[in-house]
Amino acid sequence: MVTDIGLIAVLLAFASGIYAIAASVHGARARREDWVTSARNAALIIAPLLTLSALTIIYSNLTGNYRLEYTAHVSSSATPTVLKITALWGGQNGSLLFWSWLMSIFVTGVMLRKWDNNRDLMPYVIAVTEVIQVFFLALVVLFANPFAKLWQTPTGEIGGAVFGASTLFTTLSSIGFGGIAQTLFAPPGSIPFTPADGQGLAPLLRHPGMVAHPPFLYLGFVGFTIPYAFAMAALLTGKTNDAWIRTTRRWTLMAWLFLGIGLLLGMRWAYDVLGWGGYWGWDAVENAALMPWISGTAFLHSVMIQEKRGMLKVWNMFLIILTFAQVILGTFITRTGVISSVHSFARSSIGVPFLAFTGLMLVGSVWLLLTRLDDLKSENKLDSLLSREAAFVAQNALFLIINLAVAIGTYFPIFSELIVNNKITVGAPYYDHVVGPLLAPLILLMGVAPLVSWRAASPQALGRTALTIPGPVTVVALVILFAVGIRNPWALLGMALIVYAGTVTVVEYARGVRARHRSPGEGWPMALWNLIGRNRRRYGGYLVHTGIVLMGVGVIGTHLYQQETQQALSIGQTLAIGNYQVTFRRLELVPSGQSDKKIISARVEVSEGGKPLMTLRPFQEQYTNGERMTPPALMGSMKEDLYVLLGGWEADGSLATFKVFINPLVNWLWLGGIVFILGTLVAAWPNVAEERRAWSVERRAMAPAAVRTR
Amino acid sequence: MNETTISLKKQGSSIWLVVVLLGVMGFVVVLALALRARNATQPTSGAAPDFALQVYSGYDGGLGKPQVRLSDLRGQVVFVNFWASWCVPCRDEQPVLERTWRQYRSKGVVFIGIGYVDTEPAALQYLKEFDVTYPNGPDLGVKIAPKYHIQGVPESFLVDRRGNIVWFKIAPISEAELVAQLDKALVK
Amino acid sequence: MQEADRKARVAGGRVQRIAWGVVVLVGALASLLAANIVAAQGGTVTDDQVNAVAKGLNCPVCENVPLDVCETQACVQWRDLIRQKLAAGETPEQVIAYFRATYGDRVLQSPPNTGFAALVWVLPFAGLIAGVVILVVVLRRMTARPAGVEVMTEVPPSADEYRQRLERELERLGK
Repeated sequence: MVTDIGLIAVLLAFASGIYAIAASVHGARARREDWVTSARNAALIIAPLLTLSALTIIYSNLTGNYRLEYTAHVSSSATPTVLKITALWGGQNGSLLFWSWLMSIFVTGVMLRKWDNNRDLMPYVIAVTEVIQVFFLALVVLFANPFAKLWQTPTGEIGGAVFGASTLFTTLSSIGFGGIAQTLFAPPGSIPFTPADGQGLAPLLRHPGMVAHPPFLYLGFVGFTIPYAFAMAALLTGKTNDAWIRTTRRWTLMAWLFLGIGLLLGMRWAYDVLGWGGYWGWDAVENAALMPWISGTAFLHSVMIQEKRGMLKVWNMFLIILTFAQVILGTFITRTGVISSVHSFARSSIGVPFLAFTGLMLVGSVWLLLTRLDDLKSENKLDSLLSREAAFVAQNALFLIINLAVAIGTYFPIFSELIVNNKITVGAPYYDHVVGPLLAPLILLMGVAPLVSWRAASPQALGRTALTIPGPVTVVALVILFAVGIRNPWALLGMALIVYAGTVTVVEYARGVRARHRSPGEGWPMALWNLIGRNRRRYGGYLVHTGIVLMGVGVIGTHLYQQETQQALSIGQTLAIGNYQVTFRRLELVPSGQSDKKIISARVEVSEGGKPLMTLRPFQEQYTNGERMTPPALMGSMKEDLYVLLGGWEADGSLATFKVFINPLVNWLWLGGIVFILGTLVAAWPNVAEERRAWSVERRAMAPAAVRTR
Repeated sequence: MNETTISLKKQGSSIWLVVVLLGVMGFVVVLALALRARNATQPTSGAAPDFALQVYSGYDGGLGKPQVRLSDLRGQVVFVNFWASWCVPCRDEQPVLERTWRQYRSKGVVFIGIGYVDTEPAALQYLKEFDVTYPNGPDLGVKIAPKYHIQGVPESFLVDRRGNIVWFKIAPISEAELVAQLDKALVK
Repeated sequence: MQEADRKARVAGGRVQRIAWGVVVLVGALASLLAANIVAAQGGTVTDDQVNAVAKGLNCPVCENVPLDVCETQACVQWRDLIRQKLAAGETPEQVIAYFRATYGDRVLQSPPNTGFAALVWVLPFAGLIAGVVILVVVLRRMTARPAGVEVMTEVPPSADEYRQRLERELERLGK
């Protein structure tokens, strides 16, 4: 079978990874360049091998090879071709292989791009990345193997096993390795089994948003392993200056961006497809992906301080360890379901090895950090509390308190169940009350910090720039809001801070453009382009802040002013919400194009203040396996979304229940998301000339210290 | 810095090291316990977890008590069935259970039905619809179901005279296998 | 002036009385209207009222899904029960208390304020306090001793060194 090739490739990759770890560590300690090069080669062949493996799974899906347990699980004859391909990450086993594959590609990128400039760190970078790579491959090979085939046991049960019937099954199970035994072998006497058709992907997973969301999340998670590996290498070699930060700066930024995109995609998918009126439910698995993003944001900012002033070295180490730890913990929570969540995977045996790896990683990193504290002494001190450094430290503290608050809410049910044997749920109200208020000082800092100069700022100068334009603009905005009828104190506070932060950013842009415009030959558009081009980190960063500000507008609108109503309507009856009227006209059956799906759609007419606007068609998808999907029909503008859901209906179509939401300002959220992505790309965009200059300086400085043997 | 300060500093960071490492390990232990709880499956042998069931009025199965305690029924064979009125497969097996109960009632077998997160009006209607006569009650506060680690309904457990679980079945039961298991348990 | 003031006050007073009269009248009409509407509905409970209570509860069967969103049969039954209880005159608090007593703390969307679960509210607050304290301590420790550090003040135009630096920066910007 073609997938046997894939299995062999995975096993080879696994072996190569183990060799890479051993060779790199030996090469580092014995100072033997040839061993390190050998380790690098071993690491480099993993990506092609895993590419082959992944392709065989895709091939199996495309050809309907239902003997393969994974294909039977995620594919079926009714599955559209595109989904057959993306089903590679549709189930636990395939997605772990996909993760390993992405990781190997990233490692290849590091090996190829960074090899020349970081010779001293490289051996340990290889070692650490390969330890993580080998761990995930171990999960794939021994516990969640997508190359398992289906067998029927003598007692009639159907199950998956990689190698088939063997007495090793009973031997391994009896000595306690039941999980591995079940993955690799079937009970003696089992015979091959091929089902007539596959189960097919769960209906919820069949939409474009759900297809793109996992890859971006994985890219983000995997991306963070690179700065983590460099950080560990820096600790292990003692080269704890900011070389490891500068080398991985772009990797960190891209990982952070991918994770952010993954989160945004998840939010958009929840809003567009799940049909409960919102986009973020504070579910354990959502939080699991959010927490590394929060500490990652803190890390992104505080490394700037180490680069500029050689301070906060211990703190940066701590942050990257925390971020990576939360990546691993988040993956653990998601895939084992220890915390009650809507996103539960099926029970599997990967929990124990995952936990073992998590423990080792945490203990190892912390031990390494705390025993190398001497290497991480600050080069400078704070000159003044009114400085960019201090503002960043305060911002970091806030981010981490928010991270802690989310972590408390997420992990608390575990503690409650273990300590007092009481199952509880920590739902959205907790997060609204605890995290919400903490965002206010954060937005304020986001507004003020760019104005505070490094080292020490003069209060007068700061006061002037901070208040001259942004001050009155904020006051005017507040007055307008108040006049329009906004009375909610949280809304007023939030909007004031958002307007303030947004104004500061715009003013910063204006000042920069005006300064450039003064030189002859630069019109305003040219000035703006060059401003951003010459100073991508700074102005890209401002753009990201602008994106956050816009998203904040959306969050305030939807969280504080959402309206909802539900009513059963007979044909011709109208329900009213806000200034809208929604009239039920007709129920109809729509052809779905997929044999296991039925679509029932309702035709409703929407008017505002009596004036007809448009016809919406909210619908429900019903699947033969009993599952149902209720995506909303949306009528949107920058002001608000009218969000109409079809609930239940009478069989004769005379009565239907509708749930309608008004989501004010929600589209600012998506707009802000796009600006956020753009800003990060600007900040990350390489400036080739500048970098070449920087690296030539670096290389001259490093040349005497480079290890050259043989 | 002089020698003493340096060694004090080293001691200080060693204490931190121990504290942080202990904290981290503690957290991992908590996660391990949670993982074990999550992966726990229904008991198929050993002592059946004891419980006290407040029965619906009129559904004490002739036992004459408002509360049925499993340990009180030691010496009889007990068949415990978790069900719910909103569960479609439960409806398939309910007639079988009621029939078999009436058959085996006099032979020293007790059937107990435990309603899982059911609403009282719907549950009572269900019981009336199938003319159920064996003891039935709601799992108040959802305390009994976690003891048996059930994943859904219907799930059934057979407890022998000594109070040990001898059989567990997910999904609707056929009359033949129920009768066979009851006979086996009665003989012992 | 006084005469004008007095006239204004009397006129104002009359306007006020008329205004109050209108308010009372409208209020009376409104309550009559409301009573009519309720009477017409027969005292039924709207879906919105049921959902408002269901928002505070969790689906018993699906993990971590609020009760007003879930579509399973169990949730439909639970919402029907909420409807019956509200129609019988129970307050939303009583209904939620009933569900908590019957099905355990797990069904609440928000952990109860009593017992161990109250910690979930206390801990973040403690974390905030601790965080602020640590922040202050750290900032203090990071700051150089005040002696001999000058805060940069306004750039005096006569300072040649600063001007030269400025000109160099502007030159660089201009390139």
